[in-house]
Amino acid sequence: MGYPVVQGASYILAHAPDLVQYGSKPRREIPKDPELLEKIQSSLRDFTAAKDYPPHQVFLGNREPEELWEMEQPWYENALQNSPRKGKWGEIFPEEEFYGWLKIADQFDLIHYTKEATEKIRAALSDHSLVEPEDLESLGEGDSEDQIKNFISQGALELYLKGDLIGCIRDGHDEDKNLTADILLENLSVKTTGFLAVKSLLENIDQKEEDIAFVINCGEEGVGDRYQRGAGNLAKAIAEMGGLENSTGADVKAFCNAPMHASVIAASLIDSGVFDHIVLVGGASMAKLGMKMQGHLENDMPIMEDVLAGTAVLFSKDDQVNPQIRLDTIGKHDVKMASSQQAILSALVDKPLQNNGLTIFDVDKYSSELHNPEITVPAGSGNVPHNNYRLIGSFAVKHGLLDVDELDEFEKKYGMPGFSPTQGHIASALPFLGFARERILKGEMTRTLFLGKGSLFLAKMTKTSDGMSFILEENSNSTQ
Amino acid sequence: MEDQGLIKKTVDEHGTEDLMVVLGTPDAESAGIFAETVTIGDPAFSGPLAGVQLGLPVYHVLEPEVKEAADPQVFEDEVSLMEISLDVEAISKEVRRFREKIKQE
Repeated sequence: MGYPVVQGASYILAHAPDLVQYGSKPRREIPKDPELLEKIQSSLRDFTAAKDYPPHQVFLGNREPEELWEMEQPWYENALQNSPRKGKWGEIFPEEEFYGWLKIADQFDLIHYTKEATEKIRAALSDHSLVEPEDLESLGEGDSEDQIKNFISQGALELYLKGDLIGCIRDGHDEDKNLTADILLENLSVKTTGFLAVKSLLENIDQKEEDIAFVINCGEEGVGDRYQRGAGNLAKAIAEMGGLENSTGADVKAFCNAPMHASVIAASLIDSGVFDHIVLVGGASMAKLGMKMQGHLENDMPIMEDVLAGTAVLFSKDDQVNPQIRLDTIGKHDVKMASSQQAILSALVDKPLQNNGLTIFDVDKYSSELHNPEITVPAGSGNVPHNNYRLIGSFAVKHGLLDVDELDEFEKKYGMPGFSPTQGHIASALPFLGFARERILKGEMTRTLFLGKGSLFLAKMTKTSDGMSFILEENSNSTQ
Repeated sequence: MEDQGLIKKTVDEHGTEDLMVVLGTPDAESAGIFAETVTIGDPAFSGPLAGVQLGLPVYHVLEPEVKEAADPQVFEDEVSLMEISLDVEAISKEVRRFREKIKQE
């Protein structure tokens, strides 16, 4: 039996233009500028534009990442035509369907929609392949408009669809700052998108739900109450909603680097024989909706951060077919190391490769932070994957294996354009996992190196950075 | 944005006389935005330095002036890779533009 394998990965999007105003940045800026809300609302994309947006079609698996390099930019002005909402890895959900799942995820009667909106949502959801009859029942009948207004007058947060008020979400406690309506909306959004990613994963792979023993949630949101802020367990909540009845789970936190930690932990639990099948899940980051909106508004662009994203991966014991996680080549950023980009990448790329007798060129593709540059560049945050690829290539220059003039070529061959929404941990390397698994199975690639980084300083507990990497490689015992 | 607040706080506490900003941004465009922010003011008019003309001397860590002043071993270990991978000339040109702008004023 060899190292654990990746059996599949899923990626989903939920279009949420009416929730952009509740992203952290818009929520802070709207009160300062009376015209801002209107500016935001007039710069939102409709569902078709979000669906046909080329990076989203790559995220869902309908296009290869490298195809973006061939497409004319700006991609938002050169959208694809009549793209499917479903892709190889998952689908993009319209906002009204997302609202339906959000209500289904709510076990504490926090979310209330009007009767009219409830019927509309029920009709939108009724034919969906993931919906069960009891889901539609749990939507209830809805509340009267007066009742909704009453909840709002008592402090509930309004919920809108295409600009119209359709309901609200109430606080979860009278005094607890950790259970206010806005925080619970964020947390339920994570649960909902995590659930949709898990169900999309299970729909696409040949593994029974009852075989999954453990779920690890690597999303950035910490759920909890006043006595244990961030200490809750979204993994088990998602496992329950996803019908993984023989599973338990736990959350792993490390900002954007959590997916790397979670992947290594999942593979290690399988390698040690504790569990045979583990699902990794990461739900959306609602706080990041509209995060870089100022850069977009200044450049007369649509608000690009209008989607929530989710991902799920199934790690399993060696099946002698699927690509394996090389647990002997894990890269990690240690406490004693400097926090410069050079020091981090040396720990995650250069050292683990050298320690295992590999060169930079023995990896077919590097999957780093895959933030869509069309979102980050106008806000002054640079082209993150481009910068990472040039830095990785620079190790080869330093080792005398590459000329500095060949860095562009290196990026084209060993890298890819960023195509992930800027949903924190979601963009961190894993969006390429589905493609990597497929290309390795087809014999087009031998190995991919996945690397993530985390900005630990944001929590004001340490100034050190974080990073981790692993290699996914063709199955050494493959019988195919 | 948080950095803008920190810089403003430092200026409020210590004045601008003995203060210099060293940038580590990865391209000319972002270097320009930050250089403008600490000299003329936040071009996005959204942070604590919106409309605040600090006129601070600003350099990028890869500019020759900084490299010459730095410990060669630290420079080698922490930023030499950046020197290979980034367009140092374009970044320097952009940052110098704002340095010269404040000199003229």
